[in-house]
Amino acid sequence: MTETGFLRAALRSRSLVLGAVLTAVFVLAAVVSFLWVPHDVAMLDIPNRMKGPDGMHPLGTDHFGRDILSMVMVGARTSIAVAVVAVGIGMVLGVPLGLAAAARKGSLLDEVIMRGNDLVFAFPSLLIAIMITAVFGASALNAIIAIGIFNIPVFARLTRGAALSLWTRDYVMAARVAGKGAARISFEHILPNVTNLLIVQGTIQFSLGILAEAALSYVGLGAQPPLPSWGRMLADSQTMISIAPHMAIFPGLAILLTVLGLNLMGDGLRDLFDPKIRRVGR
Amino acid sequence: MSLMKLGAVSALALTMATGGALAKSDIVVAMQLEPPHLDPTGGAAGAIDSVLYSNVFEGLTRFAADGSIIPGLARSWEISEDGLTYTFHLAEGVTFHDGTAMDGEDVKFSLDRARAEDSANAQKALFSSIDTVEVVDPQTVKVTLSEPNGSFLFNMAWGDAVIVAPESIDNIKQQPMGTGAFRFANWVQGDNITLERNHDYWGTPAKLDKVTFKFISDPTAAFAAVMAEDVDVFTAFPAPENLPQFEADPRFDVIVGNTEGETILSTNNKMPPLDNVTVRKAIAHAINRQEIIDGAMFGLGTPIGTHFAPHHPDYVDLTGNSQYDPELSKQLLAEAGLPDGFKTTLKLPPPSYARRGGEIIASQLRSVGIETEISNLEWAQWLEQVFTGKDYGLTIVSHTEPMDINIYARPDYYFQYDNPEFQALMDELTRTTDPEARSALLKKAQTIISEDYVNGYLFQLATPTVAKSGVRGMWKDAPTQAVDLTAVYWE
Repeated sequence: MTETGFLRAALRSRSLVLGAVLTAVFVLAAVVSFLWVPHDVAMLDIPNRMKGPDGMHPLGTDHFGRDILSMVMVGARTSIAVAVVAVGIGMVLGVPLGLAAAARKGSLLDEVIMRGNDLVFAFPSLLIAIMITAVFGASALNAIIAIGIFNIPVFARLTRGAALSLWTRDYVMAARVAGKGAARISFEHILPNVTNLLIVQGTIQFSLGILAEAALSYVGLGAQPPLPSWGRMLADSQTMISIAPHMAIFPGLAILLTVLGLNLMGDGLRDLFDPKIRRVGR
Repeated sequence: MSLMKLGAVSALALTMATGGALAKSDIVVAMQLEPPHLDPTGGAAGAIDSVLYSNVFEGLTRFAADGSIIPGLARSWEISEDGLTYTFHLAEGVTFHDGTAMDGEDVKFSLDRARAEDSANAQKALFSSIDTVEVVDPQTVKVTLSEPNGSFLFNMAWGDAVIVAPESIDNIKQQPMGTGAFRFANWVQGDNITLERNHDYWGTPAKLDKVTFKFISDPTAAFAAVMAEDVDVFTAFPAPENLPQFEADPRFDVIVGNTEGETILSTNNKMPPLDNVTVRKAIAHAINRQEIIDGAMFGLGTPIGTHFAPHHPDYVDLTGNSQYDPELSKQLLAEAGLPDGFKTTLKLPPPSYARRGGEIIASQLRSVGIETEISNLEWAQWLEQVFTGKDYGLTIVSHTEPMDINIYARPDYYFQYDNPEFQALMDELTRTTDPEARSALLKKAQTIISEDYVNGYLFQLATPTVAKSGVRGMWKDAPTQAVDLTAVYWE
């Protein structure tokens, strides 16, 4: 497939384009927030609290008079950073585990890895995350670790499943005949062929990571003040929803749109990477 | 069949008709915290007293709604010339809820139990001046003090000093039994406690037949419960931002009362650089109280400059010692050798005054160069790390005990303030019975801690009660932790 053909196919997928645009908006907001925000999020302005949207504050102000647009921008940073690193942990640790398990299918190693995965899977992830932060203290770092741990089995399983079917392919057989070791085959022949799958799953996990971070911050176990976070903005607005609804609406929309964008993008990428679906022209 | 149905319907209609005609005789009172157990003489949790003080348990003296000390189970007393002997005359015909009589032996038992070596009483200091308790006759008890104590009658009014029955002690944590106008009925842990009217009450009987205390910790749920009229009264309503809505709603009355809660930025006086009075002074001048009251409490609260309740006649307004002046604050930091500020911890317990106030204070301190690392703690963690472990730089908490300035005389208290002059002053206060002299000593004490900048003094906590209109007889203020329902009725 030529590159232009791929790009054309990508642009034809409406969900992919919409998803990518939504995601790009929030990534851009996060990046821009490092250089510029409309108002300093650390400065409180109590006399101007809970003001509705106006020219000065396009999304209004919160209960301390902070600019909600600025907080959503800086909050995007927190959400994206937590989700990226958490998904990164899951990939870096989960993929090699999955490759190793597939390479030694049926061995003790395979059993240990997969049963270990089952064990992590068996626990409700949010509860464990709460436990981790309760024991080690609430912070963005601990939230990352907690969310990251639960990404490991997702990637390990996915990789193992895909790798198992690849191991039966002729070119893998050829590589074995040529005397390549299991590790080398895994990295040279298996890994490149599961990358597409990993990207799609990574996008979905990324959106779940953002939701998990919001949930942890909502219960006060994620990023700590004064670092803005979408989840905590929601929690703070809860008792004021009837007097200042904009305080809940905008961070809520930010979470909704980012997660929606990532999911649409994941769906679009899956369609794009799957030649069978693309050929019938979806 | 249809005839039976008809009968059932008309019976229902009849009940409804009579129910409407009579004034309501039960009430559902909500509060945020549930008591851990039900023994006011064996636990520090304020929620225990909220449910049981005056309702179920009574002491020799008691707090009235305005905070004054009035006779309780002791209807009168004589104090000897030297101030050492108190002769209490107990009310006639008082019985515990199991029907046994309350007499001098029970008083002696209760006081001796509270001050015993192995007592679990959370306020043992209240009883420390008692030397002996003698039963003269069933209606008379003589208490001898080892030294005069000007606040003895006040001490005896506390929830920690109520009279309990010896036979109830084994089960008191689950089955509290006192002499009050209500008797304990049931406790559904995690949800509610019910009390019912004590028909054999010795004094003015309660007007309500049944009282349900419901525990709703989440502020959003609290708002929803009041709005849906699931509860009749919410005491110490946790979300001040919702009060204007209740005020505007004809279904509800909002009563904002005083409390004994000095809300302070508690400071670890032993942790560098906070052990330096200049640094503490710098913090005090960096704080804008009005901003905290507006931002955290939506305007509810009175600024304070020392650890004393502003509605008390002996209060001295010392807020001038710590006027908001960030420039002066920076100057003081430079004087203390910290021109670039410093970093410390700010550990916050769950109430919104602490969590919100903490964010505001962190921002105010940041603007003079003091960085605080905020951590939000649950109460259990806070008690362990801050109150017991003293592992903190700054924290925010409301000290709700009445007349608790003497905590500054305890060097092992979590502020770790150790000033012999203040300790001597408190000893003198305990020995002094003359009201004028006491007043002068209290004023001096307030000034010392204010000028030593022991803590950041923020504001006196106000307590909003939201009640359905028609509920009468609730306490407006909270001179002690209590939700006294003995005089409450529906109009």
